[in-house]
Amino acid sequence: MAKYFSRARGLPVLAKAPTGITGFDEITGGGIPRGRPTLVSGGAGCGKTLFSMEFLVRGATQFAEPGLFMSFEENEQELAQNVASLGFDLAALVKRRLLLMDFVRAEQSEIEETGEYDLEGLFIRLGHSIDRIKAKRVVLDTIEALFAAMPNELVLRSELRRLFRWLKGRGVTAIITAERGAGAFTRHGLEEYVSDCVILLDHRVIEQVSTRRLRVVKYRGSAHGTNEYPFLIDESGFSVLPITSLGLNHEASTERVSTGIAQLDVMLDGKGFYRGSSVLLSGTAGSGKTSIAAHLVDAACRRGERCLYFPFEESQSQILRNMQSIGLGLKRWVSRGLLRFHPARPHLYGLETHLALMHRQITQFDPRVVVIDPVTNLTEIGSTMEARGMLTRLVDFLKARGITALFTSLSDSNAEITEVGISSLMDTWLLVRNLESNGERNRGLYVLKSRGMAHSNQIREFILSDRGARLLDVYTGSAGVLTGTARMVQEERDKADVLAQRNETTRKRRELAHKREAMEAQIAALRDRFATESSELQMLIAEEQLVESNIAQQRKVLVDVRSGSTSNGSQNGR
Amino acid sequence: MAVNIKLAETTDEKAARANKQNDKWQLRLYVAGQTPKCLTAFANLKKLCEEHMGGDYHIEIVDLLQHPQLAKGDQILAIPTLVRKLPEPVRKIIGDLSNTERVLVGLDLRPR
Repeated sequence: MAKYFSRARGLPVLAKAPTGITGFDEITGGGIPRGRPTLVSGGAGCGKTLFSMEFLVRGATQFAEPGLFMSFEENEQELAQNVASLGFDLAALVKRRLLLMDFVRAEQSEIEETGEYDLEGLFIRLGHSIDRIKAKRVVLDTIEALFAAMPNELVLRSELRRLFRWLKGRGVTAIITAERGAGAFTRHGLEEYVSDCVILLDHRVIEQVSTRRLRVVKYRGSAHGTNEYPFLIDESGFSVLPITSLGLNHEASTERVSTGIAQLDVMLDGKGFYRGSSVLLSGTAGSGKTSIAAHLVDAACRRGERCLYFPFEESQSQILRNMQSIGLGLKRWVSRGLLRFHPARPHLYGLETHLALMHRQITQFDPRVVVIDPVTNLTEIGSTMEARGMLTRLVDFLKARGITALFTSLSDSNAEITEVGISSLMDTWLLVRNLESNGERNRGLYVLKSRGMAHSNQIREFILSDRGARLLDVYTGSAGVLTGTARMVQEERDKADVLAQRNETTRKRRELAHKREAMEAQIAALRDRFATESSELQMLIAEEQLVESNIAQQRKVLVDVRSGSTSNGSQNGR
Repeated sequence: MAVNIKLAETTDEKAARANKQNDKWQLRLYVAGQTPKCLTAFANLKKLCEEHMGGDYHIEIVDLLQHPQLAKGDQILAIPTLVRKLPEPVRKIIGDLSNTERVLVGLDLRPR
């Protein structure tokens, strides 16, 4: 915020006195104008006195500036008692001369006016008190009481004008409180005199829910946030919450955090959410939103990170018990101080107060993971627009701090329309749906969007068991998308089909083997026959050759015989 | 008009030491320095006391410029302020006491 009100270079800048009030110094860029009076106006019970008292206490304790509280309504004891509940020990500060309380009682009934006068007595008293503790800060609460006590308003007005000038001359940083008047900032028009800085406190009740708000109406010579800021008064004092969306300049982390459900991590690019991202988890009643949230919390606590859980429907022990039933022992994280629950009914406060409280809890606990369960309940207290505005601020705040946030959202059957219209604020949107078929309800989970990662487009069946949440691939086959029993039946049927198929193949294979055997046998037989035949043929051929050679021999013999006789004869004849 | 308050104060204090307990009227006038208003108030008071209290009175002047811590005791805001300590009850009258009628009413010397 300091950057937002960056100072103009080289120009003298209005000096500011930090109030030390949480958030207030941020919206005013450093506090109230130093050395000048500031008007704090508001109706009865708005916290004017507390605001100004805290200004003094913080000034004394944090900035070593002694303060004077001049009260026109309550005496010292009453004041000390009133702020003791906020943890301010006024008596100790008084003892250390850092605080001086001065009760001015002014009642008209005792006063008779007999001529000209001025309020020099008040000036002297104020001056004396300032000198006693060397006060740098002064509160006049509420000086309007003088209007009831002083018979002559003209004198009073001119004296007040002189008083504020005098305060400026003394160089003290002053707060003047005033009752809010009809149609004006103050009942007696004090804003006419105190013109440097005007702060309006408001306590509004809308539909039986009250919200405290603060607005800087005017701040001469300084930029300031002009919105109405909710503020809180609780045991640690006053805090203003500068929860407007100033800009979208948070650092985007590339670090990933596990969702605590391995299969869900797989769906989200295999790594889970981005750290510091905002996750919307919407689903119908009983779809297991809290269980998914609990897994995220459990995973974070395992990593040793702090988690803050804001349940709006269940108490801490109820959540712990229920999560134990799905095997998540969150109790140990609570006892180790890693997990903190802040259950609250939505109707307990207004939206702004809820936001303010969350803001404070988050600032104090400094968690890495925040769960808001469910965010839709907040719409019950405000209009959709208000709820959206509040969530925008919450999301911005969480992002600026790098906190991973999970918002659950209860949706009706038409789940893709988020009630608050917040989906556009979210980085990741998970949807849990009840898939109804065959007389069963089964949970299906899918990632509707997830910025900056390649996420799965599949619907997974989401199962809660005593060992936590699991995601299963849904059955997508010839029979369509099936879940639950139907999926199991179909899977069994598929298994049977596969088995049958396998048997058939085996049978066919065996048949073929048989055929082959038969074929081979036949071949062997044929071959045998062939062999036999061919051997017979060989024998025939051999026989034939033998016969032929015998014939030839015999013929030769015959020839020899015939020619032998001749030769013999010839021989004889010669 | 040229009354020296300091002188008067010392005179009165002497008188006070003598018979403070005895005087019926115990009055205290708060002033802040010698401003015209304060001087007028003192003169008016003196005159009025002489006329209506027959010397049975005691006036104490408190100058808040010199004793600022005394402003708290009687819850003094306006200057000048006249406080009637005695007779009881305590009465406060503010202004320069120029409206004699109102002063007398304020001091219960006249019915309201």
